[in-house]
Amino acid sequence: MRTRAFALRTYREIIRDKINLAFGLGFPVVLFLLLSMIQSNIPVSLFEIDRLAPGIAVFGLSFISLFSGILIAKDRSSSFMLRLFTSPLTAKNFILGYTIPLLPMAIAQISVCFIVALFLGLAPTLSILVTVAVLLPAALVFIALGLLCGSIFNDKQVGAVCGALLTNLSAWLSGTWFDVNLVGGAFRSIANALPFIHAVNVGRAALAGDYAAVFPELWWVIAYAIGLTVLAIAVFTRKMNSDSSGN
Amino acid sequence: MTAIETKNLTKKYKNITAVDGLNLSIAEGELFALLGVNGAGKSTAIKMLSCLTKPTSGQAVLLGDSIIDAPLAVKQKINVSPQETAVAPNLSVRENLELIYGIYGHEKKAAKEKANDMIEAFGMGEIAENRAKTLSGGWQRRLSIAMALISEPSILFLDEPTLGLDVIARRELWKFISKLKGKITIILTTHYLEEAEALADRIGIMSKGKLKALGTAKELIEQSKTSNFEDAFLFFADKEALL
Repeated sequence: MRTRAFALRTYREIIRDKINLAFGLGFPVVLFLLLSMIQSNIPVSLFEIDRLAPGIAVFGLSFISLFSGILIAKDRSSSFMLRLFTSPLTAKNFILGYTIPLLPMAIAQISVCFIVALFLGLAPTLSILVTVAVLLPAALVFIALGLLCGSIFNDKQVGAVCGALLTNLSAWLSGTWFDVNLVGGAFRSIANALPFIHAVNVGRAALAGDYAAVFPELWWVIAYAIGLTVLAIAVFTRKMNSDSSGN
Repeated sequence: MTAIETKNLTKKYKNITAVDGLNLSIAEGELFALLGVNGAGKSTAIKMLSCLTKPTSGQAVLLGDSIIDAPLAVKQKINVSPQETAVAPNLSVRENLELIYGIYGHEKKAAKEKANDMIEAFGMGEIAENRAKTLSGGWQRRLSIAMALISEPSILFLDEPTLGLDVIARRELWKFISKLKGKITIILTTHYLEEAEALADRIGIMSKGKLKALGTAKELIEQSKTSNFEDAFLFFADKEALL
């Protein structure tokens, strides 16, 4: 009951922030259209629709981190949070209340990418639904990153970290815009050590119907999702205690 | 029955003692005003009593539950109207009220009914569907207090409830607070001395973390051998200022 009430509030706060919402949903779609136009003029295998769509879907999820991070950071600095800290809400209620509304939003974000992809020529197969499902752990990675950033930084810092750094990192190190093997060296090692490229590879394999290739990559994403979620919960709980006491 | 009982309640931050051995007993239904100049320790005392911060030592029991051993049980019985207007800006007046009732563990249907009651009681019918961020300061403050009352707290903490309000809005809020007297226990912090004098059953004056004086406004004037409450306050809050 408590979690549901708080989750409904989180959902309303995010859905009513029209500028963020339009940017978060619109920007990946614009990029998608732009890269598809490049592909139609100068064919690049990386920008073929079935390879590009999972990459854009993962990139779009970085805006979920931005939404959640800004909301949590703003909440932390407000008197409204002080009121909530004196209520019987527990750390568990807070974390679930922030996380639960973001999952359907992440699914909507991924779905928008694939709907656009269908209009751009992606074959309508059942693999699309499987792809949406296997990208959910990636959604958890970005939600946890948002919770983590929102717990550590203020809203302006979250804008810089999630809005600039994370969106760029998740783009460059995901193998969506260019093949990281072409850069090689440390860049490739870093990309392979982070979850973004694995998330995109999971999406590409699922979309191609090559389900056997999904799992080695998905373990990376799941491991990051679990690790970051645990870390985010620990940091959020710690910050909740220190913020409420005013120390 | 006693609503709040504190025993040697102390809070230290490194080498600063914000609250120093506070001993206080507040009866159920009492409106108690806690006064003091900035840094006197009243906000820290309220933070401890509302379970926002743990005491360094000492104890406080609110209606039978300890703030140290049973903070969740305490939180279920209290509500707070913070100094700054504490509303969710993108939610409507009605949604803000339903949210607070919901997080105190009530069903959605009950929350809707209770929100309707509060909207009527606070005369907020015309603005019920307006987003909180679009309301004037006075309406936001009124909503903030309605949010503090919707959970039907046994103990209500009002931290500077009329700060920044115009005279009319302040008097309206005084009337409303007066109506609550005897029904719930209210702890009021304020810098407006006339507010404490007009509303409070008893007044505690804090200075440098210690409770310096306790009594009705009339008793404090007598104790300080002054002619009005402002002088009495200055006598206890900052004796050096009178020298």
